[in-house]
Amino acid sequence: MISIYARRRSIDATSKILMGAATVIGVFFLFWILWTTLRFGVAGMHWDLFIKDTPPPGTDSFGLRNAFVGSLILLSISLLIGVPVGLMGGTWLAEYGFRSRTANVVRFINDIMLSAPSIEIGLFVYAVMVDPMGHFSGLSGSVALAVLMIPIIVRTTDEMLSLVGSDMREAAIALGAPTWVVITKVTWKAARAGILTGILIGLARITGETAPLLFTALNNQFFSKDIFHPIANIPVVIFQFALSPYSNWQQMAWAAAFITVLFVLVLSLVARWFLGKVQVPK
Amino acid sequence: MTADRPQSYPLTNIVVPVESHRDSAESAAIAPPQVKIAARNLNFYYGKYHAIKDVSLEISQNRVTAFIGPSGCGKSTLLRIFNRMYDLYPGQRVEGEVILDGENILTLKNIGLLRARVGMVFQKPTPFPMSIYENIAFGIRLYERIPRSEMDDRVRYTLTKAGLWDEVKDKLHQSGLGLSGGQQQRLCIARALAVNPEVLLLDEPCSALDPISTAKIEELLFELKSNWTVVIVTHNMQQAARASDFTAFLLEGKLIEYSVTSKLFTTPADSRTEAYITGRFG
Amino acid sequence: MSESGVVSRLEIRPMSERPKSVGRPWGLPADFLFHKMAVFAAFLVAGVLFATVIAIAFDSRLSIHAFGIWKFLKSSEWNPVTQTFGAFPFIVGTLVSSTIAMVLGVPISFGVAVFIAEIAPAWIKKPVAGAIELLAAIPSIVYGLWGLLIFAPVFAKTEPWINDKLGAIPGIGLLFQGPPMGIGMLTAGIVLAIMVLPYISSIMRDVFLIVPSSLRESAYAIGATTWEVAWNIILPYTRSAVIGGIFLGLGRALGETMAVTFVIGNSNVLSSSLLMPGVTIPSVLANEFTEATTKLYVSSLIYLGLILIAVTLIVRFLAVLLIRRLGRREGAKA
Repeated sequence: MISIYARRRSIDATSKILMGAATVIGVFFLFWILWTTLRFGVAGMHWDLFIKDTPPPGTDSFGLRNAFVGSLILLSISLLIGVPVGLMGGTWLAEYGFRSRTANVVRFINDIMLSAPSIEIGLFVYAVMVDPMGHFSGLSGSVALAVLMIPIIVRTTDEMLSLVGSDMREAAIALGAPTWVVITKVTWKAARAGILTGILIGLARITGETAPLLFTALNNQFFSKDIFHPIANIPVVIFQFALSPYSNWQQMAWAAAFITVLFVLVLSLVARWFLGKVQVPK
Repeated sequence: MTADRPQSYPLTNIVVPVESHRDSAESAAIAPPQVKIAARNLNFYYGKYHAIKDVSLEISQNRVTAFIGPSGCGKSTLLRIFNRMYDLYPGQRVEGEVILDGENILTLKNIGLLRARVGMVFQKPTPFPMSIYENIAFGIRLYERIPRSEMDDRVRYTLTKAGLWDEVKDKLHQSGLGLSGGQQQRLCIARALAVNPEVLLLDEPCSALDPISTAKIEELLFELKSNWTVVIVTHNMQQAARASDFTAFLLEGKLIEYSVTSKLFTTPADSRTEAYITGRFG
Repeated sequence: MSESGVVSRLEIRPMSERPKSVGRPWGLPADFLFHKMAVFAAFLVAGVLFATVIAIAFDSRLSIHAFGIWKFLKSSEWNPVTQTFGAFPFIVGTLVSSTIAMVLGVPISFGVAVFIAEIAPAWIKKPVAGAIELLAAIPSIVYGLWGLLIFAPVFAKTEPWINDKLGAIPGIGLLFQGPPMGIGMLTAGIVLAIMVLPYISSIMRDVFLIVPSSLRESAYAIGATTWEVAWNIILPYTRSAVIGGIFLGLGRALGETMAVTFVIGNSNVLSSSLLMPGVTIPSVLANEFTEATTKLYVSSLIYLGLILIAVTLIVRFLAVLLIRRLGRREGAKA
């Protein structure tokens, strides 16, 4: 009896140590990655990064201006496409489709899209946009990023709208408000913190995405705002510069990675803060 | 609202003793009560469940009518027929007629306008996720386009009518969710009044409130009946006795007794009514 | 706040009943228009899945026509000069790197999930869970950069030791022989394991937390230890969702592109050793797509993408199905 008990206790203690160790491993890698990004990123910081364009090979100057501008353009257009589609799709699920069979099928498909490897989306947009148009373009990059972001927004919007109690909808309907007013003025408002969280998470997800851009926006060594042609962007610049033999290029890759990580982490933390503020008005 | 409706007529299914309108507002005190809503042979079904069984009754203009009965007796269901809230739920079905000023509302096409004429306040306070001011203005804007100054006046007028003005006049642009439960409920009453309905339906408006807030809302009911026809569902018999002019007692979906409140609570005609008001039901 | 947190939290939503909240449209033009816009958006979302498969299949037609299915899958030749293409090394590389990621990642994820759900004191739960979720927020390109420039040189120093110890074991020793380069299949697997950790562990943790407390308490009440409760009560109860979470991580690993491209070494030559460079479908796509000069070459690369989609789609389908099954069972009880 006692020996069985002791054995169980020691198994329990060992397992706890192992599980604690697993957690330590996870946290350790997080800090290792963040620390190196911070260290090399700060070392690679240079004013020229923001005011000069990417240098040609063989020179030792710095510059990422065109890539920053390009990335901002790509992300803005993705938001313009992704937010309305995601918001309306989520709204259909929560407000119209609800628990119908069709709605559940759409939810299921959306969940599958949610974990789609980004490279597949890149290939898809290549096949439907780049190939027919005959050349790579910033616009196709934005579409690919939007496709990656939409399922996240759909999911959070659906979920957050479902948390809004039916009492509030009834009260608005009892005033005689038409459906679209009830949704846009009351339920969206009630769920806005949650919906915004979804958009921020979506933006964080696509900010560092590289793979789909290789098949769509590609890169551009020069400054360009033309979304119908290849456009420079941070992730692809990191990819190309990191694998290059020039030390100034590698430094720039770190600096760009640092800024990307900083941006994504700030977005994630803000999103988390918003989510904490989600009140559930029943 | 329109001239083509027949003139209202005196209550036919209740004998109204003269002293029963002693505490009504001056103008109404002399005139006998006129019928505002007449329900005829109402039957209501939740899917297959027969919730309201052949109920006929007349609701008097400028009076407070209370529906009482044990939970599940159909009193809320009956109330929700009067502004067709059941329309929201597929599977809920009504038979019979509800005549509002000579018009059968069950066959109306424009439910939005019906709900402007028949306002509703729910059990739980349901302030919309916007400022106090916007909560009131929301309903008004559904039906009218008015300049800001006029809107300000309407908001003040309505909040005053709901007895809330003095408490909120300094924080009109703060969120309605920041008010106390009782204040929230009066805000919801004000919101319902703001669209200028003829009838106000209250579905257990005090069940989520403390006694002091309840007393305030009961006072408010006295004020309201000089301008509005009020129908209130309550599970609190004292409330019905204090605040209403007429009381209907429902049991298992049937109208058992409908009479002047003072009579129903002192000399009930039906033994089941007596059993209920003396506390022999749950 | 990773998106995985959202995935898991939402996927196990209780299916309890709620009244349909919005009435039939009343025929107003604005209502009609709004409704149609919502319908359009929802079906656009669903349509993209099918459009992806169809478009990629369509763009692989040249290669499918040239090499067929079995021949393409079996052939190890990938030669742009002679225009002959075969998928075998890429398929093997994708499966091997993901297998390593699962072998390393699943136990660690389970440990993290149990630690957070059952063991950690309250004050440490939130920061640790947050830190693990932040791993999912780091872009994969940063994993690649770190893996190539920081982790690989460090790992290269341990490889002689791996050669000596694991390489000496008869049989599986073959897997651990080769020069210490730091990059290769094993490195890719390790980086992938770190990357899938937040996804798998947060789903496991979330489903662990919905185990009814009565079940948990009655197990503790008869004197079970934390480990026994986790292994014998919670894990069986949540099995389908846990497997779903693992599949979701597997889907991620199979399709991961940038991190793998940086550290796998990109060699089309199959090697028996995990320390040697390899290649995966996503990595060859990232490396060669923009350099592919002929239509058949591009089409063959897209064909590889089609194979990847077919595999990950099945994996993701099973993942979502398994995770939802638990949610539904919970809902039925609620």
